[in-house]
Amino acid sequence: MRRVQRVKRTRRGDFELRLSKQERTILRSLPGQLRELLGTGDPSLLRLFPPAYPEDPELDSEYKRLVRDDLMGQKQAAVEVMEATIDAKRLSEDQLEAWLGSLNDLRLVLGTKLEVTEESTPDIPEDDPNVHLYALYYYLGWLQEQVVEALSPG
Amino acid sequence: MNSARASIAPVEVDRPSGESVTRPDRPWLVVVWNDPINLMSYVTYVFQKLFGYSYQKATKLMLDVHHKGRAVVSSGTREKAEFDTFRLHAHGLWATMQHES
Repeated sequence: MRRVQRVKRTRRGDFELRLSKQERTILRSLPGQLRELLGTGDPSLLRLFPPAYPEDPELDSEYKRLVRDDLMGQKQAAVEVMEATIDAKRLSEDQLEAWLGSLNDLRLVLGTKLEVTEESTPDIPEDDPNVHLYALYYYLGWLQEQVVEALSPG
Repeated sequence: MNSARASIAPVEVDRPSGESVTRPDRPWLVVVWNDPINLMSYVTYVFQKLFGYSYQKATKLMLDVHHKGRAVVSSGTREKAEFDTFRLHAHGLWATMQHES
């Protein structure tokens, strides 16, 4: 299959974002959904705020108290950048980094909801009730892979 | 805050002045655990970006996480380990802290 490059570093040092109209439509609603979800205690957020000291609840709650606002602030800021640039044809490196963070957060939320395992594959039966969520999950992974490749040095 | 560049080699532990709890002089280790969601290329990229590791070193650590289930990615004082753990969490990686055994 011919490789379709969606994200490309330009000679000016920014990035070309070559997404189809259909992809933009799929992506458009996601930052807003993530932004709203971040403000809730939804269990699908578990992976976004992991424990630092899983065996010491006291140290862990101290850690969470220290970092939670910063962690939340960074995630909110990233998703706002993605939302504001959802139609952009070009992104700066910082903006693409924000996309990368939000794409990963979206995949963590979806993967947690779908209870993805190492054995999961994109071959989901058509009659699976989550077939669309799986398709979204694997599309986002495919796109994230290209963002990582574009940002990676060398 | 300490330098972001991590070293795997044991380091001198600076005991914070005014620290009321006596702690052993063992460094804290930052451990990244395998998970089925994060992409291998992304994990490698995050190790390079956060710790300044070469592509080779970052890839080796990522493969350790993938095959052995976990890898120590940095170590140092509790403050430094907590800072590194926070940065890994900010990038969506499953990182925890523990004392060197």
